Amino acid sequence: MEIQQLEQIATQVRRDIVRMVHAVNSGHPGGSLGCTDFLVALYFDVMRLKEDGQGTVIFDMDAKGEDVFFLSNGHISPLFYSVLARRGYFPVSELATFRKLDSRLQGHPTTAEHLPGVRIASGSLGQGLSVACGAALAKRLNGDDSHVYVLMGDGEQQEGQVWEGATFAPHHKLGNLTAVIDLNGQQIDGPTSLVMNNRDLGEKYKAFGWNVEHMEGNNMADVVAKLKASRKDADVPTLILMHTEMGYGIDYMMGSHKWHGVAPNDEQLAVALNQLPQTVGQADY
Amino acid sequence: MKKYTFTEKKDTRSGFGAGILELGRTNPDVVAMTADLAGSLKLEGFIKEFPERYVQCGIAEANMIGVAAGLTIGGKIPFATTFANFATGRVYDQIRQSVCYSNKNVKICASHAGLTLGEDGATHQILEDLGMMKMLPNMTVINPCDFNQTKAATIAIAEHEGPVYLRFGRPVVPIFTPADQKFEIGKAVILNEGPDVSIFATGHLVWEAIQAGEKLAEEGIEADIINIHTIKPLDEEAILASVKKTGCAVSAEEHMLNGGLGDSVAQVLARNYPAPLEMIGVHDTFGESGTPAQLMEKYGLTADRIVEAVKKAMQRKAA
Repeated sequence: MEIQQLEQIATQVRRDIVRMVHAVNSGHPGGSLGCTDFLVALYFDVMRLKEDGQGTVIFDMDAKGEDVFFLSNGHISPLFYSVLARRGYFPVSELATFRKLDSRLQGHPTTAEHLPGVRIASGSLGQGLSVACGAALAKRLNGDDSHVYVLMGDGEQQEGQVWEGATFAPHHKLGNLTAVIDLNGQQIDGPTSLVMNNRDLGEKYKAFGWNVEHMEGNNMADVVAKLKASRKDADVPTLILMHTEMGYGIDYMMGSHKWHGVAPNDEQLAVALNQLPQTVGQADY
Repeated sequence: MKKYTFTEKKDTRSGFGAGILELGRTNPDVVAMTADLAGSLKLEGFIKEFPERYVQCGIAEANMIGVAAGLTIGGKIPFATTFANFATGRVYDQIRQSVCYSNKNVKICASHAGLTLGEDGATHQILEDLGMMKMLPNMTVINPCDFNQTKAATIAIAEHEGPVYLRFGRPVVPIFTPADQKFEIGKAVILNEGPDVSIFATGHLVWEAIQAGEKLAEEGIEADIINIHTIKPLDEEAILASVKKTGCAVSAEEHMLNGGLGDSVAQVLARNYPAPLEMIGVHDTFGESGTPAQLMEKYGLTADRIVEAVKKAMQRKAA
């Protein structure tokens, strides 16, 4: 897909995100907006997904023969849901049920409500890398050459389990695994460097045995290029440090941890939507 | 009292080892995992025959649970093994979110449960695992009593779709269940029938209950002795049918009273058919170092204590 088309989808996804969190006055817009370009690139261009003859995606839990993505930092669920809906896993209209009673779009993603596109519950941090390792291992055992992606937060790197997974993947030569860290430098209590300094994550992962790459997470062309390049047919997993700006696309949300888990009010929503112009072929849910 | 004999004693963990080896031969999706305890979990046979389906995770149990959940997404049936303490308490949140809430087909197989771990002491003697695991929605909890039953349970859980916690132990105990038994998840096994009292036992305490039954028979007391190998889903029907006949009950387990089998039986009786219930188990305390026999004696998990509990329950029934 053309970069410009991907950017237009990303703008629509960002509109979805702010409208979803505004509607229920809860949820996590900051990280969702920062990772939008990445997830749009992944689902609309990079990943090989199971489709019917007409290009409509088909969801199978076992993901045999197709690429698979896991969201470890489950709180950016508005982004995940919007991308899944826009890609065709479930009706876009269902985005209106986000975080409401009896919805399949729970506050954090879950398989319990059988929402197509979701393969594991996430929200309690630090677990997604391990799950992705298992899925990558299963693909190897099945002789399946498709790829596994996982997204984690940078604050999430403070969880000990992440480093258990980081040790496991190179040891078991999981070259079919690409882990991405959303390096926005923010977490709930403030800048990551002040809350608990992760120091040089790239050097850490290198020392653990990973290929380490950097990516401009809010530059669509760079995102597409780097994600495609990470699919090496090798025995070494790849870690991408994705440099993003929390709240990207909405000026008053950018670069601050204050919008990690806070929804905009009516006035702020109007300002945000003005900054995210719709393009031909796009429509709000 | 029906006569139970044995010709051999073995550890229940070896029953697991025999079961997983057989599964390796019959089910190509079965994967064996461990966190640096392959020998203790008796995985040698499986590793030798199926090295490609064996996953060493190192001393990193949280990751092992997550990897297991991921393996199921590719259609594998992972058997994640370690000591019961590290298989439950250490990784509760991983089991809760990645396995149970996600409803993944992960089999958590835990050895060295309870006091009979012995000399290593309380750091390793988990007595809360059944409680933690039975509280989790979607989880099936199984605690077999001897080598044959553990082997049969291991094979049976591969056929069951969904999370399972299978608990077994380290000491050698009499093998008294038949080698060709079919293990039915959630179906209690009636070992003896009698009108006077119901004894509900699980795990290593089942053999103690049989011995207690023999002693009681000498005094003219005939007990229903029921092996509750599945703690969840609990065979409420068998429990109620027995207590409606006998009018009083004793539970026996190598576990904390809070959260264990007795606690589950008490709920069933309180809701449906209130009757005197005496509970054999550990009373809100940690274990300690000692030989398994010394510990079972000190903490009151013996046939003699079951006999005492039966008499108390029968007195309460008469009162």
